[in-house]
Amino acid sequence: MKKNRRFKGGEIPTSSMADIAFLLLIFFLVTTTIDTDKGLGIVLPPPGDMEIEIRKDNIVNCLINSQGKVLLDEEPTSIDQIHRIVGEKLRANSKLVISVKAHPKTAYNDYVRVIDQLKRADAKRISIANSN
Amino acid sequence: MKFSKKTKVSSEIPTASMPDIIFMLLIFFMVTTVLKEYSGLPVNLPKAKRIEKLKSKRHTVQVWVSKEGLISIDDRLMGVDDISMVMYDKRVSDPQLVVSLKGDEEAEMGLVSDIHENLREVEALKLNYSTKTLVD
Repeated sequence: MKKNRRFKGGEIPTSSMADIAFLLLIFFLVTTTIDTDKGLGIVLPPPGDMEIEIRKDNIVNCLINSQGKVLLDEEPTSIDQIHRIVGEKLRANSKLVISVKAHPKTAYNDYVRVIDQLKRADAKRISIANSN
Repeated sequence: MKFSKKTKVSSEIPTASMPDIIFMLLIFFMVTTVLKEYSGLPVNLPKAKRIEKLKSKRHTVQVWVSKEGLISIDDRLMGVDDISMVMYDKRVSDPQLVVSLKGDEEAEMGLVSDIHENLREVEALKLNYSTKTLVD
């Protein structure tokens, strides 16, 4: 029996290397998320106690207590409903100013949720009262 | 006696794939490198839906507020009253300053309100409540 074993120069196929490298590159490009800061933008009023007279019927008072319960114009409201109610009020009166006042012990989360609701109702004039 | 040594095994290292290997290494290190592992305080950011992206990191200053009421700016812990001092310098050197407030969900509004007042004092008026995206 004759073994015909001719050695034909063992080579690792390298032609696909570029493809593999590109595949990896694309994979990491797609899965990498560059950490961008995002959040609710707001502009604070300039310093000094400025008082602007606003007609009473152009103001909506929004009070948040320490348990995270919301009082919208004397009406107890659940936070999820604010954007609907404020949206309706804004359609009736576009000059509406929403004044948000939170109790000092209110959780920041509840406050942010209320601001988010107001943003969702496209309220542009949001006034933040000092909690203390 | 004559030795005829005709071993014609090519003894070259294949270099055609070298750039690919280098690229792969490059990508590996790019992915595994973490530039800054930890900054600020451990916070649980609140979630919100109608959010906007901050335009550039260069004009942003991050103010961290933990649920215990600790405040940190530029990896330094400080009291509420120091904020206006620190922010004044930043505000002077960069008028386009945006303050990114990274507050914990359980932080108290009394403290956040104090921070508002301190920021107003030095006219750092552009504020951004940093949140996560709410998925529902």
